[in-house]
Amino acid sequence: MNISRRSFVKTFCAVSGMILIGVGDLFKPAIAFVQRNVKAFSAESETDAVTSLFSDKQLVPSNAIHIDVHDLVENGAVVPIKINADLPAIDSISILVEKNPNPLIAKFNLGPECSGFIATRIKVAQPSDIVAIVESEGKLYTRRKFVEVVEGGCG
Amino acid sequence: MGSSIKVRTSIREGIATVRTIIRHPMHTGFEIDATTGEIIPAHYIETVTVRHVDKTIMQCDWSRAVSTNPYLSFAFSGARAGDPLSISWKDNMGNSDTIEVNIQ
Repeated sequence: MNISRRSFVKTFCAVSGMILIGVGDLFKPAIAFVQRNVKAFSAESETDAVTSLFSDKQLVPSNAIHIDVHDLVENGAVVPIKINADLPAIDSISILVEKNPNPLIAKFNLGPECSGFIATRIKVAQPSDIVAIVESEGKLYTRRKFVEVVEGGCG
Repeated sequence: MGSSIKVRTSIREGIATVRTIIRHPMHTGFEIDATTGEIIPAHYIETVTVRHVDKTIMQCDWSRAVSTNPYLSFAFSGARAGDPLSISWKDNMGNSDTIEVNIQ
C-alpha cells in the first residue's frame, strides 16, 4: 500500500481526534438524569404513561404533595399549576392530566439542590384529574386534583 | 428580537428562585390554521436543561401540552449572588436556544 505522508498525517490526526473525544466522554461526570422516556410521552392512557415511567412500582397517595390549581378553569389552553412537595430527596416531579390525548405533560428531573417546587402552565383538554407523581428516596408518591374546564385547550 | 428566553432570579437565605418564560409556539399538531385550513404540525419544546455554575441541576422533559410561551418556576439551594445560571431548550424540530445569566 502506498500512502503519501500527507494523507497519513491527515488520517492519523482524524483517528486520534476521534479516540480523544471517545476517551473524553468516559471522564464526563456520570449522567445524573434519565433520558426522555419517549414511550411514556406517547402513551394514550394514564396507566400506560405511569407504567412506562416507573414500571409497576407502587404509588402511595400522599398529603405531603400540594397541587395548586384553580377548581374551575375558563381557558384550558393556559392552566397555571404549582406543585409543592414536602418530601426529602426528590428525584423527579411528573405532571399528568388523566383525560388529555397524551396524559403525561411533563417530567421534571431534579438535582439534589432543587426544592420540591415547580410552577408552570399547562393545557387541559377537558374536565379531568390532574395527577402529580413525586419520586422521593426511591419511592413514589402521588396526589390528584379534579379541574373543571369550560373551554378545552388542545386546539 | 433578542433571546427567546427571559429569566428573573431572586435569592433569599441561599435559596434561589428562578422564573422563566420561553417564547415558543408549542403547537400540539391538533390545531388548524385559520387562513389555510391545514393542520399546523406539532412543534414543541422537548427538553429544558438548567445549569448552575458547572452542574446540571434540573432537566425537564415536556410534552406538547405545556402551554404556548412556556412559563417555568423552580427553586434551588446553594446559590450565591453572581453565580452563573444557564437555561437551554431544544424542540422536536431541532431548534434550540440558551441563555446565561448571573443570579441576583
